[in-house]
Amino acid sequence: MARYLAGRITGLVLILFLVCLFTYLIFFKLSPDPALMICGKTCTPERVTQIRTVLGIDKPFLTQFWDFLSGLFAGRDYGSGTNLVHCPAPCLGYSFQTNQSVWQMVLDRLPVTATLAIGAATLWLLAGITMGLLSAVKEGTWWDRSAMNLALGGASIPNYVLALALQYVLVVKLQILPFPSSVAFTDAPWLWFQSYLMPWIVLATGAACLYARLTRANVIDTLAENFFRTARSKGLAPVLTMRRHALRPALTPIVTIFGMDFAALLGGALITETVFGLNGIGKMAADSIAKNDQPVIMAVTLLAAFFVVVGNVVVDLVYTALDPRVRIR
Amino acid sequence: MRGQGPMSEDPMSAAASGPDVTSELLVVENLTVTLPTTRGPVAVVKDVSFTVGRNETVGIVGESGSGKSMTSLAIMGLLPRGALTTGSVRLDGVELLGLGDREMRRIRGAQASMIFQDPLSSLNPYYTVGLQIEEMYRAHLGGSRKEARKVAVEALERVGIPEPERRTGHYPHQFSGGQRQRIMIAMALVCSPGLLIADEPTTALDVTVQAQILRLLADLQRQTRTGMVFITHDLAVISSIATRVLVMCRGEQVEYGTAEQVFSAPEHAYTRRLLESIPRITDDLSADEVVL
Repeated sequence: MARYLAGRITGLVLILFLVCLFTYLIFFKLSPDPALMICGKTCTPERVTQIRTVLGIDKPFLTQFWDFLSGLFAGRDYGSGTNLVHCPAPCLGYSFQTNQSVWQMVLDRLPVTATLAIGAATLWLLAGITMGLLSAVKEGTWWDRSAMNLALGGASIPNYVLALALQYVLVVKLQILPFPSSVAFTDAPWLWFQSYLMPWIVLATGAACLYARLTRANVIDTLAENFFRTARSKGLAPVLTMRRHALRPALTPIVTIFGMDFAALLGGALITETVFGLNGIGKMAADSIAKNDQPVIMAVTLLAAFFVVVGNVVVDLVYTALDPRVRIR
Repeated sequence: MRGQGPMSEDPMSAAASGPDVTSELLVVENLTVTLPTTRGPVAVVKDVSFTVGRNETVGIVGESGSGKSMTSLAIMGLLPRGALTTGSVRLDGVELLGLGDREMRRIRGAQASMIFQDPLSSLNPYYTVGLQIEEMYRAHLGGSRKEARKVAVEALERVGIPEPERRTGHYPHQFSGGQRQRIMIAMALVCSPGLLIADEPTTALDVTVQAQILRLLADLQRQTRTGMVFITHDLAVISSIATRVLVMCRGEQVEYGTAEQVFSAPEHAYTRRLLESIPRITDDLSADEVVL
């Protein structure tokens, strides 16, 4: 177990390192000179050189990359003498646009994205699994066919269409919900809930539909398993038969997919956050890409990669706990 | 319909000495099972009748698709959805066909239980064998977890699993094929049912293990006086353990009688062909003995 964990963590670090390297390389090679961007229209060559020195982008690629990496773990200094700015670890640099600490920006926005992800995940798990389970038990009936067609439709609607349609119907036409605003849960819990409801639904719809189909297929397979027949031949109570001998085996594989989906969502929901004006990681990514704000893009990319890679390891560990046949040597 | 009247009119005259064939445990009369298919209803079991006495073993023989398993599932009330059953199945004098779900559940496991062909896929891989035995015991006889655990340990011990206490905490994949079938048997007998239906219990096992499992079943039957329906396509196996034999072909009962009658003087051409398909049954039997 310890050896397995050590191996997985080594792999995790290696992948994150490679993500860093390639992301950095892309910006180093492909994007316009940040010094010119920061300097603006009234710019002198001296000023450009000065900015380059302060940012450290006058150095060769590997040196810059090393500065970035060591900044992540040990912090780094920008400039020198009276202009010296210390960026404490974990240092992701400063936004070219707002001059804010990128780490601070991430910390500010992560709660929004996490709220979105947790709410949406709860919703899609409840809706998807319930729908799939009912369809499996009523396989071939009118209910099953309509639910599965609905699921196919739901999974095919793009998020931006659903988001705009929901806003039009619920906010503009029916006026059931207020337009989403960024309020803290502690300030106005009801408004907070109302604000997040539409983004949750938008994010959950596609996944819920996929999970419904997946659950249905898994449960139907499990009901045909020999061990389910054994359970029935034992004369157990129906609830126990379903819970132990149908649901547990059918839902365990879904944990894997759920872990990955949830991790990806923590990396930011670009479209949904933008459409609803939620200040999360996704909106931050969209804004930074639009304005070529390199340190922020870098941070957002790394963060998404971090969640996906860590999510993967967590899923593997959880799976070994859930399925006794999977043994770690 | 095949020159075989219902067995109740014809008590076995050549009854073997050991098993109590006169005291009827299970009486199946004119059992017909019809399954719905896309091409309309198909009768998979047609007018089958047989009787199992207490402590007796009745063999059902036939090739795949002959309706052997459907017959056993019909007795247990475990047929697929939409299946239609007619005739009569009486266990200890109680008519099982037409019983409600709740009543049938009380009978399954407590009065009639079943073991299957593939013990690996027949056990739930997510739970320890201990729990799978305990849940069955508690479903019918109640009791605390602790009591049930004690019963599970005893059940494993009875079927010859070494270190039963430790092994109750293990999962099915941690046992060998033969051990898994022993566990299935332990589980099936944990509530001391009157009837055990064994649906090809040795088919998936290799020959040595097969012989051990047959010996175990015979031993347990002697101790517990359980009536047994033993389904197989292996005539050698049947001849070594069954007192009466039912031969099925395409859902129909083509031959029914004492093992002696069926094997020495088969009435039906199909039975004769079956018997010819395995040369020298007696040699196979003595081979079993050598292995043990």
